[in-house]
Amino acid sequence: MKRVALLGMPNTGKSTFFNRITGASSRTGNWPGVTVDLLGAKILLGRNMVEIVDLPGIYDLHGFSEDEQVVRHFLENNSVDLVLIILNTTQIERQLSLVMQARQLGLPAIVLLNMADEAKKFGITVDEKKLAEMLKLPVLSLSAKYGTGYKEAHQLLGRQLEQGSPVRLEYLREMLSQDDRLETEMDEVLKRTVEVPAQLSDNLTARLDSVLLHPWFGLPLFFLVMYLTFQAIFLFGKPLQDGVTWILDHFRQSALDPLLAHFPFIIKGLLLDGIYNGVGTVATFVPIIILFFLFMAIIEDTGYLSRAAFLMDALMSRLGLDGRGFVMLLMGFGCNVPALMGTRMMRTRSLRLLTMLVIPFSLCSARLQVFIFITAAIFPARSAPLVLFSLYLFSFATALLTAVLFKKHYANTEPFILEVPPYRFPTFRQMLLRGWHEVQHFLNRASKFIVAGVVLVWLLTHIPTDVPPASSHTLAGMIGNAFSPLLNPLGIDKALAIALIFGFVAKEIVIGSLAVIYGMQGKGLMSLMAHQLDWVQAYSFMLFTLIYTPCLSTVATLRSESKSNAFMMLSLAWSLGLAWLVSFVFYQGARALGY
Amino acid sequence: MAIVKLSTLARGESGVIAALHAEDDLYHRLAAMGFRVGKRVEILRLGLFSGPLHLRIGTTDLMLRRSDAAKIDVTAG
Repeated sequence: MKRVALLGMPNTGKSTFFNRITGASSRTGNWPGVTVDLLGAKILLGRNMVEIVDLPGIYDLHGFSEDEQVVRHFLENNSVDLVLIILNTTQIERQLSLVMQARQLGLPAIVLLNMADEAKKFGITVDEKKLAEMLKLPVLSLSAKYGTGYKEAHQLLGRQLEQGSPVRLEYLREMLSQDDRLETEMDEVLKRTVEVPAQLSDNLTARLDSVLLHPWFGLPLFFLVMYLTFQAIFLFGKPLQDGVTWILDHFRQSALDPLLAHFPFIIKGLLLDGIYNGVGTVATFVPIIILFFLFMAIIEDTGYLSRAAFLMDALMSRLGLDGRGFVMLLMGFGCNVPALMGTRMMRTRSLRLLTMLVIPFSLCSARLQVFIFITAAIFPARSAPLVLFSLYLFSFATALLTAVLFKKHYANTEPFILEVPPYRFPTFRQMLLRGWHEVQHFLNRASKFIVAGVVLVWLLTHIPTDVPPASSHTLAGMIGNAFSPLLNPLGIDKALAIALIFGFVAKEIVIGSLAVIYGMQGKGLMSLMAHQLDWVQAYSFMLFTLIYTPCLSTVATLRSESKSNAFMMLSLAWSLGLAWLVSFVFYQGARALGY
Repeated sequence: MAIVKLSTLARGESGVIAALHAEDDLYHRLAAMGFRVGKRVEILRLGLFSGPLHLRIGTTDLMLRRSDAAKIDVTAG
């Protein structure tokens, strides 16, 4: 099969082009010599099946950033028949360097001048014919966003593939070790083919920036945008999530329960409360992930994300993070899972890992449910808002502490230079594809882990089968007992310890598990808990719940996004350790003060 | 025509790059973004609290931290 690689700088519309040409058929996969996943698709071109690979956006084939190395290693280890080089025509005087580099390497290439429509508005004209002549490469202009120029691109691609022969890897390897003499040649080509006006016209972008990056209004506007995005995601997400839960419950009651009615308790429980509930846990994340990435696509593709990075950089750089990390941290207050997945846009691994280590401390909406219930049960109504607010403060404080403590370890060595692209409208299709890809990614990578975890917790709380579920005689109860020397100094008793084991799976089921453990529900459960726990114990339990781990799905996402069990374990161990320490200091301190 | 650090320019000022004192990594990235001796850089705005610089070089807008901008010498004006 012939192989075509897509090459281009960031913000050239490369991914849009890739999505358009491949449809939704793309899959992430591994290629020899490369440690990160790349997006690839197989499409029919003329009579041949052709594999198209979307390489990461890079500025320089000879650079030393991680993405630049990925591209180089890919080219050194996988023979390609054709390289499609996508340029942003509005920045052609800078971007042509990539074409020159590819040409010097002897890569068989086609040059695609994208955003030709936008360049025209800037008054930039390109003599395509002459450019093709001087480069000795086919040149074609198109608009990936509006789909113009595609038919021609398709045909040209087919023709070139018929003629071309794949690049010789040995030669490429040798050539990649050199890099010089390009600059003067590039200047020459540019001087003779491209006209750029001396001053870019004062356009919409400049006018928007003067408001959105305003010294006084910029930050408040940023927080307003974040708040509205956040509200929108969960406004639309909540009914969708409830809908999914409703369908799953109904299917269970009307079909699965009767079907399995005569099976032994252990099998029925394992299938329904274990596997089926595990699948349900996975399913409830799907609407949130789609919505999250729909909105993230808007923020990212319009160019606002770079502006957010600009606004927040002064603070975040001191924490070893960048402005984009702050956006993800905020999103984590809705749900940690998509926030973790969103860090993929950071191309530096150390920066990304540090951000991923911080996000789980964001007090997500599932944890909030638990806190609202317990606060209502234990605290008087007038102090409840204060209690919840203090938990948010703890959430921020632990996140900041984590960043400060680990920033040395995950020191960011890559220079932080971010392009600030002009504002653009993303197309709806682009947004939907993004959401769809992310859901696929989540389902492929995290679902097995999550289902396995739910099954394991079910087993722990139901074995042996001849004692009441989740009682102190089950495996979970025994684990709770074993940990009591550790948990007693925090004021957390055996019953609450079992709830913590449930909470490891998902915070949504903590209240339900307390109902099983105490054998009471709703108001009854509240008054029983108020009777058995004083406020110091309850607050200590909430602190521990806040910090010790968000949920199994977050852990699974940490693992799949970092592709490292060690990193997942570090995150878990750090959260658990910190949770213990914070609760210990609080509980013992409060008791010492006589509360 | 004094040579100053890029980081000392004010909003709206511009300068012509006189020298890049950047280490390998940064140099490469700057070069790829179009930073070369003789090119004009314009400061569009400065981030609050010693935040980054928002600049324009050629047709590209980008942000650069002040610590990195301090490694670039420009002829002001």
